Amino acid sequence: MENNVKGLKRTPLYSKHVELGAKLVDFAGWEMPVQYTTLLEEHLAVRNNVGVFDISHMGQVYVKGEAATAFLNYILTNDVSKLSPGEAQYSLMCNEKGGVIDDLYVYCLDKNYYLVIVNASRVEVDVAHFSEVLKTFSNKESVNIKLMQDCGAIAVQGKNAVKVVTPAFELPPSSENILNSPANLKKNQITAFPFGGSVFWISRTGYTGEDGFELFAPQEIIKDVWDKVFQFGKKYGIKPAGLGARDTLRLEACYPLYGHELDENTTPIEAGLSFFVSFDKGAFIGRDILLKQKTEGVSKRCVAFKMLQKSPPPRQGYQIWHSAYNDSPVGIVTSGTHSPTFNIGIGMGYVKTAVSTVGTELEIDIRGNRYKAEIVKKPFYKKQ
Amino acid sequence: MSKIPEELKYTKTHEWVKIDSEIATVGITDHAQHELSDVVFLELPQKGRKVRVGEACAVVESHKTASDIYSPLSGEVIDSNTELLNDLSQINTDPYGKGWFFKIKISNPDEVKNLLSAKEYEKFITA
Repeated sequence: MENNVKGLKRTPLYSKHVELGAKLVDFAGWEMPVQYTTLLEEHLAVRNNVGVFDISHMGQVYVKGEAATAFLNYILTNDVSKLSPGEAQYSLMCNEKGGVIDDLYVYCLDKNYYLVIVNASRVEVDVAHFSEVLKTFSNKESVNIKLMQDCGAIAVQGKNAVKVVTPAFELPPSSENILNSPANLKKNQITAFPFGGSVFWISRTGYTGEDGFELFAPQEIIKDVWDKVFQFGKKYGIKPAGLGARDTLRLEACYPLYGHELDENTTPIEAGLSFFVSFDKGAFIGRDILLKQKTEGVSKRCVAFKMLQKSPPPRQGYQIWHSAYNDSPVGIVTSGTHSPTFNIGIGMGYVKTAVSTVGTELEIDIRGNRYKAEIVKKPFYKKQ
Repeated sequence: MSKIPEELKYTKTHEWVKIDSEIATVGITDHAQHELSDVVFLELPQKGRKVRVGEACAVVESHKTASDIYSPLSGEVIDSNTELLNDLSQINTDPYGKGWFFKIKISNPDEVKNLLSAKEYEKFITA
């Protein structure tokens, strides 16, 4: 793992970004590409064609052992025991108050063998939490947790992602393994592929609202994997995409971003993520409060809103107002942008439950002026 | 490399100024549009508005950030490029041409000498 003079970390794909002329910024202590050409071009490339993201900065944590399933089911909200080898699920990790420590993806690689992908900005906090809980966990000798520091990861996203990833990595048909081709992976499925004398994982997952794949590979081969993707993507006009487009894409799909829709003072129930909380799998950290919220209701809810007039883009921290409440704001914007797909301002935020239904008209205070907005059904964008 | 046309004047807040006797046309520099990246919103001053040198009179926004535009000279706004509002991308693709923001009738010609030359602006942004 290289470090530069500014003390920022660099992924194994850093040289690719430099070669491609990317604008590099500090993201969670990593020197990452925010854009290569323009945000609009990169966003639309993913929406209409295929784009590629370096996601090596995310934490790759391997959890294995006889008690791995029990441990993960104790620290996470979703039911990991439902996963067969080769299956993955979105999940959340909560504290005792039900507040979210991180949101993440759990991939079951084999029986009692998992890969957990966590947010780059939360790696240290997550690992510290795992250790803390493990200290008093009843079967701690049977749980092995390892953060892989120098791995690479790439996301290939868009309707043409399958046309690129399939020929790039598929194996000859075999009777033993029907998952010989990325094209055969269903959503949330993961399997191993040999490459360059090594092995890497391909999953049919993503954070853009389009079909796509995430490729998790050791640093020794990740640059070759990247090259292979671009080689097979050339005829489709494949484009590299940066963190700027990654944010506008996920926001259009209404995916939460930690530090915005999720934080340690916000619960999955308030965030509208009850679907990913399993109350019938047994005890897990935060269960009591979350169950109370599920049955009694919450005081604030995460909503998606669309601006009803031309406006500057809504941004995190802007106040949300409602005509029935003149004295104080009813909520706050947690994410906002100018939607490249809809060409209007969009955002997500938390509002009092009383004004959280779809169709409710709100006003967003944007630098001293109020602009009309309306709560809409999530997501803004669904893939075609 | 930023484009910095020789015949224009500049400010330290990255506006360019084209002087045509008593009319000044104002926009943002290539360096500024590059830093901002894609413009998604623009607020222009109204015709007839009186502005003082250094007064914030327009706002340009990208996904990244909102930036105030400061009047490089004192005077009266005689025209705003409202057509630009229909295609903000011109600010990024043609900052010195179609991407102009507004024109002012200069009230204090002495202020012109305080503007930076192309060379001085280049030195400023590369420092």
